[in-house]
Amino acid sequence: MKISREEVIHVAELARLDMDAAAIDTFAAQIGKILEYVATLERVDTRGVEPTTHAIFMNNAFREDVRQGHLEKEAVLSNAPAKENGNFVVPKVIG
Amino acid sequence: MNLHELTIHDAHQLLKNKTLSAVELTRAVLDRIAAVDEKIGAYLAVTAETALKQAQAADAAFATGKVSPLTGIPLGIKDLICTRGLPTTCASRILEGFVPPYSATVMEKLEQAGAVMVGKLNMDEFAMGSSTENSGFQPTRNPWDLSRIPGGSSGGSAAAVAADMCLGALGSDTGGSIRQPASHCGVVGMKPTYGRVSRFGLVAFASSLDQIGPLAKDVTDCALLMNTICGYDPKDSTSVPQAVPDFTSSLEDGLEGVTIGIPKEYQTSGGLDAEVSAAVSRAVDTITDQGAACVEVSLPHTEFAVAAYYVIAPSEASSNLARYDGVKYGFRDADAGALIPMYRRTRSKGFGSEVQRRIILGTYALSAGYYDAYYKKASQVRTLIMEDFKNSFRQCDVILSPVAPTPAFKIGEKADDPLTMYLSDIFTLSANLAGIPGMSIPCGFSSQGLPIGLQLMGNHLNEAVLLKVAYNFEKATDFHRQKPPL
Repeated sequence: MKISREEVIHVAELARLDMDAAAIDTFAAQIGKILEYVATLERVDTRGVEPTTHAIFMNNAFREDVRQGHLEKEAVLSNAPAKENGNFVVPKVIG
Repeated sequence: MNLHELTIHDAHQLLKNKTLSAVELTRAVLDRIAAVDEKIGAYLAVTAETALKQAQAADAAFATGKVSPLTGIPLGIKDLICTRGLPTTCASRILEGFVPPYSATVMEKLEQAGAVMVGKLNMDEFAMGSSTENSGFQPTRNPWDLSRIPGGSSGGSAAAVAADMCLGALGSDTGGSIRQPASHCGVVGMKPTYGRVSRFGLVAFASSLDQIGPLAKDVTDCALLMNTICGYDPKDSTSVPQAVPDFTSSLEDGLEGVTIGIPKEYQTSGGLDAEVSAAVSRAVDTITDQGAACVEVSLPHTEFAVAAYYVIAPSEASSNLARYDGVKYGFRDADAGALIPMYRRTRSKGFGSEVQRRIILGTYALSAGYYDAYYKKASQVRTLIMEDFKNSFRQCDVILSPVAPTPAFKIGEKADDPLTMYLSDIFTLSANLAGIPGMSIPCGFSSQGLPIGLQLMGNHLNEAVLLKVAYNFEKATDFHRQKPPL
């Protein structure tokens, strides 16, 4: 198996996902199979090959640092699951 | 002819002659949706009220003569393109109820062109899938056979165009998500060059691969939609600062001087259906009969494309989807206690299983100790895949291939086997890795009456040659005129 149950639990924690025992088993099996397939990449000789992150030649996109308009606060906050006095409300962070 | 069956360019003539009003046309399309979408499930939301207002404005524009080819044309929009004031869900429970405070650049362009939006279209959740079965809300059925998938992830867009529930649609394509459903539903679909169309306001899946594009009833309509949505946008730093040609202007040029390339690796690819292979061969003959030259080309790294893609795309997705935390918008688990449990419960309940699988896969590939073996390796293979295309386009202008290895499969057939589902993307996802434009056009039917698509791929920014070849092919055939038996 390419990925163990423990690794799935660890990665789920990193990704902020909750998973029950059954889901961990299913994911370990399915992702294991996918990673076995991905291992075919090991057959490609990539010594000296630059990695590509953007498929089309591009320079950094610079712009003038000028003040621009912004979204309306009310419209943005209207989507929040919890809000108070113009702020997002989150569970207590510091004990 | 029924009004909902009109193409965009035919409807435009009638609107211009004042033999048809935009309100009549919009009503006809809304009636069509009411009549058949119960069977298909293409729309997540029908925005009748806004549509009729936009149609009235379009009629006013026709009265003054200030119109574009899209003025008054009813279109459907994949539900991952932000529409100000109208819900945008990405077919995910985690974005249920989200109303964007701004519109995507493509929506502003459509609005300026006077187009009418009739609704938001179903898709695989966050565009992750090839069947639209991963929608968090409903499946979409293929109009040609209601027991089959429409393809994905832009399955709602393709099904809506095929069933005449809009005159054209926008989708998005990260690994084939426009071309594959277009192929399965018998419509025209185009993934433009990476950077041609602004991604501002497109909900991100894999940012280096995502691209918005049109689905249409014919090639002329596809070119008209391209004319409107393409162009540099300072709000998207990966947008290409290049002038956009009038894509309709070269459609009627002949095929003399055009060379098509047939990749030898695609012919030996496992799982290629005999009827699909035969339909594509006949299409190649039709195109060479019209004067195009034909050469064999080689894309030697084809067999590694699926593996490279399923490292790169989930890696980018795991990073992009970190923003769904239950704080700023969308769903939050109601009885979450402290902050971290709130994140975890919200995300686990809000995301479907395919999305969670890809987040886990991507997070794993990017995690400490694995980065070089997976993400870096896949990005190096990506370079080699790009070089394959670069070499091929020294010998030819357009590469022809199947879009999908088989016609549309049955709903549920591959649902439990993610790897098999991924492997069906073999012919389409190389174009995303290489950033080149690709297109699907109808090129035949299977013995069971299911549509088969032909894929055309071209060099960076050379959409015009794809559209020209497609237009010539379309003129010689009538596959695009066939209608599903609804």
